[in-house]
Amino acid sequence: MSRTLTLHTAGPGLTVQDLGRPGYLAFGLSRGGAADRLALAEGGALLGQDTSFAAIEMAGLGGTFEASAEMRIALTGAPMGAALDDGTALRWNASHLLPKGARLTVGAARRGSYGYLHVGGGIATPDRLGARGVHLAAGLGARLQAGAVLPVGDDAGGPVNMALDPEPRLEGGGLRMVPSLQTELFGQAELIRFQHTTFVRDSRANRMGVRLLPEGAGFALDGGLSVLSEVIAPGDIQVTGDGTPFILMSECQTTGGYPRIGSVIPSDLPRVAQAPAGAAFRFTLVSLAEAVQIERRAAEDRARLPARLAPLLRDPAQIRDLLAYQLVSGVTAGTDLDDDDPDTEEGRRP
Amino acid sequence: MTDLRDVSPQAPHAPEAQEWPHAPEGPEWPRVTTAGFDGFVVRFGDALSEAANRAALAFRAAVDLAGWPAVAETSTSLVSTYLRFDPLGTDHAVMRRQVQSLLATQDWYAAALPQGRRLWRVPTVFGTGYAPQLDEAAARAGLTAAEAIRQIAATRLRVQTIGFAPGQPYLGELPPAFDIPRQTELTPEVPEGAVVVAIRQIVLFSVTTPTGWRHIGQTRFRLFRPDADDPFVLRPGDEVLFEPISPERYSALAKAGPDGGALSEALK
Repeated sequence: MSRTLTLHTAGPGLTVQDLGRPGYLAFGLSRGGAADRLALAEGGALLGQDTSFAAIEMAGLGGTFEASAEMRIALTGAPMGAALDDGTALRWNASHLLPKGARLTVGAARRGSYGYLHVGGGIATPDRLGARGVHLAAGLGARLQAGAVLPVGDDAGGPVNMALDPEPRLEGGGLRMVPSLQTELFGQAELIRFQHTTFVRDSRANRMGVRLLPEGAGFALDGGLSVLSEVIAPGDIQVTGDGTPFILMSECQTTGGYPRIGSVIPSDLPRVAQAPAGAAFRFTLVSLAEAVQIERRAAEDRARLPARLAPLLRDPAQIRDLLAYQLVSGVTAGTDLDDDDPDTEEGRRP
Repeated sequence: MTDLRDVSPQAPHAPEAQEWPHAPEGPEWPRVTTAGFDGFVVRFGDALSEAANRAALAFRAAVDLAGWPAVAETSTSLVSTYLRFDPLGTDHAVMRRQVQSLLATQDWYAAALPQGRRLWRVPTVFGTGYAPQLDEAAARAGLTAAEAIRQIAATRLRVQTIGFAPGQPYLGELPPAFDIPRQTELTPEVPEGAVVVAIRQIVLFSVTTPTGWRHIGQTRFRLFRPDADDPFVLRPGDEVLFEPISPERYSALAKAGPDGGALSEALK
């Protein structure tokens, strides 16, 4: 094992994740994979490698990592404090060089829920059923513990010290949904009320699903408990007996008998995954044709990520250039150069 | 291999088509509907029936055989077939027409069961500390525990679908007495290999999980073996007999490997 990453400390929710393993739905195994799939695309862009490379998903809290050899790394998703043991602070949404033997400490999420640590060459734990992503609900792999030594693949090389301005998605907001299997059972009036209701992300959320608490009455369906069990896909909004919706996520079960009022479109699922407890959501029903347009644009945006990389500038002599860059991109001059919080930056836009 | 249905008058009860509710009739079935952004579901009924279950399995096999490039994945539930496709490559209207024209090619309710089915005999300890809800479930069914065990053990159950958790079968159909509801409260943790019952069905758990179904039996049959060549043991259409064993025999089966003493034979 020539290249490894050793965990000296590990938060409680660290797992190896990739794009998951489609193709086993008929056998009762959901696709799984990263809770925030866009973060994998961002990590891939930052390191100049494919989105399919496995990374370490960190739910809420990171850990301490040591590289057996010099490694390129990237940090995406929920921003967490990150520093090397020599005191060097590492910016989130950027790629860095992790020197051999240096210890990287990643702290708690400052916003959002899931941070990602990517390495050049990817985490190279063994494939199981065609993927490396840990599927906790299925017992495929397990959470990482302190002391774990993870193999890292060979790095084909690529950029380092690059930064990416991520799509804001850390604080809840609007979710677009399309009809699901039982949408019409709820009736027009309830569907309208659903779209005029603010939902708060409950503390009960994990890789299987995210519970939402409606402001006001719930959305219980008369006779809803007798719906015949049917297929479930990530994004489906399942309404349980007490009228509380759950948005089903990457590790969801494959079938279920609770009625579903709609299904969140794929490109809005990272927003669901990243919302911290207490974040507010509103839903908008869109047509399938609109959803296709939205997803097409999202796919184009993902394809353009590598072209949006910008050098990570630290040298004070280059600060003027950085200010110019930010002005061009529409961000008000004078923002904190170390502010890597996309949602705040978004909020400052005129 | 012997077809056990022909062995003797005491042969286990096999679910015959005429004992099941009939396939839905009329022009409204089957129904094609979208499911979320990138799925279609074909429903062959709105209630469980043997014919609709067979139709769903047969139609899924036909979609797989058709090999449409836009289709990424297919599955079945009790009475419906699902397909996931890429709507950025093929639009919904085109996909729907493809599905509908394939549907029109035959009477899916008359389709045969899948090929290569097997009968599994699964050693099961009923009740005791291993499966504490047998008495409660039997009482709900209006039976003594001994009579409940006798009826279950005498019923050949068919895998209607695999779902919820990896490799986990929904098995039916039990005699009418077992049309008992799920409990309103969840049991926080029921172990892998558990036999749980509700609504004339049995689920054999492939993972340890919370459940609202009542835990009446326990097996050592591992249904999901992620590192085996064939990670998923059961297939829709397979049949299962739960054979009562003593707690002592159950303990001894700890050394029996992943099959937990279960034996299988081919079904014609």
